[in-house]
Amino acid sequence: MHVPDGFINAPVSAVAGVVAAGAVAVSLKGARRELDEKTAPLAGLVAAFIFAVQMLNFPVAAGTSGHLLGGALAAILVGPYTGILCVSVVLLMQGILFADGGLTALGVNILDMGIVTTVVAYALFRGLVGLLPGTRRSMTAAAFVAALVSVPAAACAFTLMYWIGGTTDIPIGKVFTAMVGVHVLIGIGEAVITALTVGAVIAVRPDLVHGARGLTAPLKLRIDGELVDAPAREPVAPAPAPAARSNRGLWATGLITALVLAGFVSFYASANPDGLEKVATDQGIDKKAEEHAAKDSPLADYGVKDISDARISGGLAGVIGVGATLVVGSGAFYVVTRRRRAKDEPAGGGARTGEKV
Amino acid sequence: MGAGHAHKLFRHGHSPVHDLPPHCKLAAVFCFVVVVVSTPREAMWAFGLYALLIAGAAALARVPAGFLLKRLLIEVPFVAFALLMPFVVPGEQTHVLGLSVSVPGLWGAWNVLAKGTLGVAASVLLASTTELRSLLLGLQRLKLPPLLVQIASFMIRYGDVITDEMRRMSIARRSRGFEARGVRQWGVLAKSAGALFIRSYERGERVHLAMVSRGYTGTMPVIDEVTASRTQWAYASSLPLLALAVCLLGWTA
Repeated sequence: MHVPDGFINAPVSAVAGVVAAGAVAVSLKGARRELDEKTAPLAGLVAAFIFAVQMLNFPVAAGTSGHLLGGALAAILVGPYTGILCVSVVLLMQGILFADGGLTALGVNILDMGIVTTVVAYALFRGLVGLLPGTRRSMTAAAFVAALVSVPAAACAFTLMYWIGGTTDIPIGKVFTAMVGVHVLIGIGEAVITALTVGAVIAVRPDLVHGARGLTAPLKLRIDGELVDAPAREPVAPAPAPAARSNRGLWATGLITALVLAGFVSFYASANPDGLEKVATDQGIDKKAEEHAAKDSPLADYGVKDISDARISGGLAGVIGVGATLVVGSGAFYVVTRRRRAKDEPAGGGARTGEKV
Repeated sequence: MGAGHAHKLFRHGHSPVHDLPPHCKLAAVFCFVVVVVSTPREAMWAFGLYALLIAGAAALARVPAGFLLKRLLIEVPFVAFALLMPFVVPGEQTHVLGLSVSVPGLWGAWNVLAKGTLGVAASVLLASTTELRSLLLGLQRLKLPPLLVQIASFMIRYGDVITDEMRRMSIARRSRGFEARGVRQWGVLAKSAGALFIRSYERGERVHLAMVSRGYTGTMPVIDEVTASRTQWAYASSLPLLALAVCLLGWTA
């Protein structure tokens, strides 16, 4: 699903790049809050893991095989911020080193496969885990659903971007059915593998599964001849704190994503008449071309005309809309982080001294 | 998917292209791709000139054509998609080799194929003339957040370690009679993936502790600062500037 250069037009690629950069910046902050100075080595190793696991082939039937995309898995295992960072770094390296996905389409790729997948999967997983009883089986089920939905969600996001800025006028219905149809199938495979993998990690190191943090803590029991509740005041106390933190972080991400999406949709609504106009002129030109017995020149005409009105105006509207959204979003984020910093100052200091000892 | 042998991408050499500072090359390739993407698709000759520019740069870097062409194969899935376009796009129909195809579809397919291939060729040339580490330094020089560069460098450094670990697990599985034939074996493979995650994560913790014990405070010291002289910048910018000239000709013609 790596989008190459020239597939999505320049303004939409630029807007996607700006949005992706903003989201990566937010997750850099978020990951640093979650992992502190451990961010670089841990996120780097998890990125290497995702890179490796994408090469692990899962045989489907005779001869054919698929591989994991890893967005949902990363989100569930290491949390949304670190997950976005890892997948984005993997995509960046794939684009630069392996020429897998175009350089100008990097923003599109990161937004699509890195951010949409991760955020959708994590939000669904947390929601489901909150609803279901906190057993291992329900967490596996939640991972299954999260991964199952996240892949077609990415396909929908791609279709949306293609609708706004695709360079070829394939009817959007066809693109949608083809993309979503194929990706529902891929999503089923992804979901099974993700669920099994999450289940395997929960069985061995439940504390490593970020999405299940805070849920495993109350289950702690110790056997002293008989089953007793562990007097685990110390281990339990820090456990809810990160959960609350990550929850709030999730809210902030959700808020910003909603704002960004709103920006996109409004951009869309304003660009839509342009799109209709474009189709109209398109067909008009087609008719003319038939009258003129299909000469070469009308096509050149159509290219220039097309870009001079629809695309540039649409792109400008998009840039302005997203810029405004980013200002609002970062303002909100700033307020949230400032309040949290003020609240967390003593706690943070205590934790740090504890770590040094 | 690209295979995991990261250092095989780089072709050791001492050409003028190899010797350019990495951030100049990165900027040049990015600008070149932007110019290519914004060229109107009707100017077919312009894409031929771009291909000539890339071929010239490859010749200057002494990268053999076969090497470049082999790496272009990564594009194949999208070629298949592009070949479908003439049949699914509605619009004026024409006949090619006895098949009825649509004109806008043909233009679309040409557009994606030409621009995509040129983009891939430019990236391949960059990766085969620049060492991984200097690429990362170049990215840092181009103001990519240092934390992101650190994550990327850890990924590159430990990518082979993790891939090797995965391969050892695969050998262990096979030496115990395991053979992945179909969906039924997914459970075992997924458990391997889970084990791989735990091993990677724990390795990350160990790496962090090892770094802390050597005085790591969250930032990496930059020992070899890369700098570029004015001539090097001028030299690197010749590729995108020539391409820009072609692009402007394409718009006016």
